[in-house]
Formats: sequence, structure tokens, C-alpha cells
Amino acid sequence: MTDQAHRPRYDALTVGDRVVARQFTIRRADLIRYAGVSGDENPIHWSDRIARAVGLPGVIAHGMLTMALAGRAVTEWADDPGAVEEFAVRFTQPVVVPDDDGGVTLDVEATVAEKLPAPRVRLDLTVRCEGEKVLGAARAVVRLGPPTTFDAVVSDH
Amino acid sequence: MTTGTVSDFVGRSYRPAVPFDVNRTIIRHFASGIGEHHPACHDVDAARALGYPDLVAPPTFGIVATLPAAEALVRELGLDFSRVVHGEQRFVLRRPIIAGDSLDVVVTVERVRAVAGSQILTTRADIADADGAPIGTATTTLIVRGEA
Repeated sequence: MTDQAHRPRYDALTVGDRVVARQFTIRRADLIRYAGVSGDENPIHWSDRIARAVGLPGVIAHGMLTMALAGRAVTEWADDPGAVEEFAVRFTQPVVVPDDDGGVTLDVEATVAEKLPAPRVRLDLTVRCEGEKVLGAARAVVRLGPPTTFDAVVSDH
Repeated sequence: MTTGTVSDFVGRSYRPAVPFDVNRTIIRHFASGIGEHHPACHDVDAARALGYPDLVAPPTFGIVATLPAAEALVRELGLDFSRVVHGEQRFVLRRPIIAGDSLDVVVTVERVRAVAGSQILTTRADIADADGAPIGTATTTLIVRGEA
């Protein structure tokens, strides 16, 4: 791993570089917090009773929380929360969050999949929970440079 | 809830009566809720130092702005929210959402299909600023799980 304290430089990146390896813990309290800030009140994210009644193994994390954490791993690397221009995932497995103190561990890895015209790169992400892949086809296009869209002209790049 | 009924919604659009106003507090609140402590989400000077006019929203924040229209859609379709799980999500952003934005969100039903007892609903949210300039799109696939 390179030193995360420095902003990544487009010229220094090579396809295949693993640029992100980050772990997050998800506990029930995180789901309550996410429900609050997002407005997503679906009870499958806070009630075991309702989650099981609809055939889930138990309370599951909001897919958007999992995606947000994967996004955080990417924007931490870029050192710019506004650097992600495209971000796509498939939610392939539910992230089941037990009602205990330990929660579950989310492992996020990202590698450089493609160098787009400077200063953009496409990353492929691998996101696992307790060893099992929970996101599929996860990719992000990241701008490694200052935003241009807040100048007078909005470009379509 | 039948596929025939739900399919009739393809092509329909939902646009909340009021824009989604983004202020500094809601960006800080959302960022904190996902554990995002980057100063550009919390401190205006830090955001300006990165080249933004004001606090920057994390890349998935747009989903919050699409929720009022998406929930209206789920209600109109008569779907049981507890049977809805997220299948896929994609954001394409011309620029990040910034504190001070007044977001105009139009959610359109793009596709409905039935797979193995579940219904799969794809919607596209077009997000624009107060002047109508596009900011980005959020494409959402929801899976409505059938009765076991």
C-alpha cells in the first residue's frame, strides 16, 4: 500500500494497482443511524421479526450503507469526497447484521481497472462481508484532480 | 399486486411538488451518518480549498433526494415496503451535490419484469439544479420479493 496521506497522482498509477484495502465494522447502531440520516425507514433494517417474516435471515444492512462505505474507501483514497463521477454496484448478497456488540466486518478493496483520459481512472471494487462477496460489478470512475465543473463552463467530458 | 398492473407504470414519472433543498447541515448529517469525516463535507474553507463552492456531499447522497419520489412510487404501486430489497444502484454525476443546491428530481419507471416470483423494478432519477442544469442520474433496481 502506498501512503494514504498523499493524494494519488494519475501519472503514478498503473492498471492492476491495488489502491484501496479498507475494513469497516457494521453494527446495529450504524443501521439505525443510516435509517435516520437517509430517511430509509424500511423495517427489514431494524426489525428481526419483520425481516424473518419476509424470508430474510435477520436484519440486513441498507444496501446504500454498504455502497456508502465502499464509496468512503474510494474518496478517502482520492482525498476528495467529490471525486467520484460514476459509481455502480449490484447487491448480490444481503449483509446480515446480528444484534450483538461485534457486528460484521466489511472488507473493501479496489484496483485500477482502466486509465481513462487524465485525470480519471476507473476502479474495480471487491466488497466482502465475513469473507463472502456482497457487491457485484462494483466500479467507480474517480477524478484525480480539481473539479472543473464549477468553472463557468460545464463540460460533458 | 400483479405484474400486469405494475407494468402499466413503465414510462411514468414522479416529481415531488417541492425541490430537495440541500443545506450544510444535511450534508454534515449524512456524512456523519456514514462515518465520512473528510473536512470538505464539514468545513466550508476545506471544501473551497478543494475547488468547490461549498460543502461537498458524498457520492451516494443523491439517493436521499430520490427517496420522496421513490416512496411515492412504491405507495402508488401498492407494494409492501418490507418486501422491497435493493438490487442494483448506479450514479453518474457531472458534478457532486453541493450545499446550497436546490435539487429538482424526476423519477421515471424504466422497466418492470418478473423473475422467479419476484418483480424487478428499474427507475431512473434525473437530478438537476434550480436552473434546470443536469447534475446527474441515479439508476435504481428494486426487487420486490414474492410471498414465500
